Amino acid sequence: MPESSSGNADRDPSATDWSVDVPEATSSDGGSDLRASNVRLLHQYHRRYRKKFGVIVAIAALLVAVWGYSVATGPIDVPVSEIVSVLGGTDTGTGYQVVWNIRLPRIVAAVGAGAGLAVAGAVLQSVLRNPLASPYTLGISQGAAFGAAFSIVVLGTGTTSGSGPILSVIDPYLTSVSAFTGALTSTTAIYLVAKYKRATPETLILTGIALAALYTAGTTSLEYFATNTELAALVYWKFGDVSGTTWRFNALLWLVVAVVTVYFTRRAWAYTVLNAGDETARSLGVPVERTRLFGMVFASFVTAVVVALFGIIGFVGLVVPHIVRRLIGGEERILIPASTVAGGTLLLSADTVARTVISPIVLPVGIVTSFVGVPLFLYLILRGREYW
Amino acid sequence: MNDDRPRDAERTRPTSTDPVISFDGVSGGYNGVEVISDVSLDVHSGDIVGLLGPNGVGKSTLLKCAVGLLDPLAGEVAIGDRPVPVFDRDELARTVGYVPQHEPTNFPRTVFQTVLMGRKPHFGTRPSARDRNVVSTLLHRLSLDEFAMRDVNALSGGQRQKVILARALAQEPRALVLDEPTSDLDIRHEVEVLSLLQREAPNGLAILHAMHDLTLAFRYSDRIVLLGEDGVRTQGPPEAISAAAISEVYGIDVSIHDVDGETLIVPTDSPADPSL
Repeated sequence: MPESSSGNADRDPSATDWSVDVPEATSSDGGSDLRASNVRLLHQYHRRYRKKFGVIVAIAALLVAVWGYSVATGPIDVPVSEIVSVLGGTDTGTGYQVVWNIRLPRIVAAVGAGAGLAVAGAVLQSVLRNPLASPYTLGISQGAAFGAAFSIVVLGTGTTSGSGPILSVIDPYLTSVSAFTGALTSTTAIYLVAKYKRATPETLILTGIALAALYTAGTTSLEYFATNTELAALVYWKFGDVSGTTWRFNALLWLVVAVVTVYFTRRAWAYTVLNAGDETARSLGVPVERTRLFGMVFASFVTAVVVALFGIIGFVGLVVPHIVRRLIGGEERILIPASTVAGGTLLLSADTVARTVISPIVLPVGIVTSFVGVPLFLYLILRGREYW
Repeated sequence: MNDDRPRDAERTRPTSTDPVISFDGVSGGYNGVEVISDVSLDVHSGDIVGLLGPNGVGKSTLLKCAVGLLDPLAGEVAIGDRPVPVFDRDELARTVGYVPQHEPTNFPRTVFQTVLMGRKPHFGTRPSARDRNVVSTLLHRLSLDEFAMRDVNALSGGQRQKVILARALAQEPRALVLDEPTSDLDIRHEVEVLSLLQREAPNGLAILHAMHDLTLAFRYSDRIVLLGEDGVRTQGPPEAISAAAISEVYGIDVSIHDVDGETLIVPTDSPADPSL
């Protein structure tokens, strides 16, 4: 690439007061040498930033495209002109029913759930310095699922709708709170193991597997005692499915995802510094324990809401941050918002596949993500070694 | 303190300036178990103080007390005229830079971003143009500019250590605390990193570093603090540290040789004759 022109080099970097302290001049005109280097470095830095931003925009554009395709596709044919008039609010016929009441809520739910799980995974990986971390692999999703199942079976917060085996959570708030409680028990265990055992990435994941097994057993026990309708609902919901969503659920989901993403993005530099190790982070003024704990609690919270509404959707939280890192590097301030966008895109794509792959049968999205996610998980275990 | 022992050197302390780092009767350890006891030492602005002593004697413990990573079991460490616990986190990080013994390698990260981490205590949420300027100036000063956009994990050990040093300097601290900064490096990079410290110190930095290589420690320190089992065995300028003190502390006989103005410290049962 062409170096910065001399016109650029005239721009005075504001840090000249710092450079005055340089005791030895390596060349006869060290000052202008330094200035040129500064200009070049900052130019490179900003160019990289613009490139990363461009990647995010590209992912967002892809999201919009998949969104458009998804709205227009389904077992019932709705012409594009009708979709446009539905979205414009001028059509209230069959098209309205299909697009506004079935397809759009599901799309909005898929995007929100994918975004939430991906951002949770990105932050868990950063604060635990663990590339295998995600809500699913750490047993946080399973803990949340147990909490939600507990509220459905014991507290009676859910039932099935008359038409099919689709779970209706009557009280998304109480279910979410219960799921969050379950998620927090997993999170606490992981946090304590990480803190006191100075665990390797593998140890933490094995702990996650143990927790997942425990909570899955707990959920299975609840199923054993559940009534037939509850059982049908629970089993279906265990697949991880966004089809049972409502606009009320979506509002709750998007609100939580937005709040958590803003929080994470504001804390992004603390997570970045945490990557350099606990001692270094502390010496750079970051309250390590608190940052890690809050990061994990917020990640659990968004996971719990997704799980309470839609069940366990695996591997999105694990895979998306790695894809984003490959595309734009590991810088948390970019990684976190980019993971939200990419997570939404990925889950919406998966859900669109789930709806159309063996149409008219509609699969739960969790099945698709598992089939895609497991090979990627294995790849990370077998090949990713060189990179953590 | 061991007052009955002959002092190898009187502590020569410039009275004009107050110390930047001062240990006053510091005992340190983990979980209440004392590792090192009753250490008093000062590091002045522009001074490089080398902390020497056998493995496990408590060098790292002391250094951690200086940067607030560990609370002393007794005594007090002060930076400037204020004890370490009085500082707020960011303020302490703006005053003392720390280079740990080992740092985990992790997710890919550019050199530029790694050094920018050193500005975190200054910027808080997100870096400003001045923060980026400080970083690019430092990268140039340390001849790291061509690596700026490379992944830190892909660099050689020597370059990586320079990056970590650059990060500590980016904090614009008054004092720098380094825990065996050259332990993993080959001799060339060792000298490179140490002479870098020597160039930075005159800018007003107070530098306290732990080391294992005695010869290099003597060459690159203005003052030596020799730690033994009971705390500070002796301290003073390198030329005032006796072979006897070193032999006693490390439990192996050494002799000190002067070769063309360079001080060499060698084990006496070694077949190598440094005067050849």
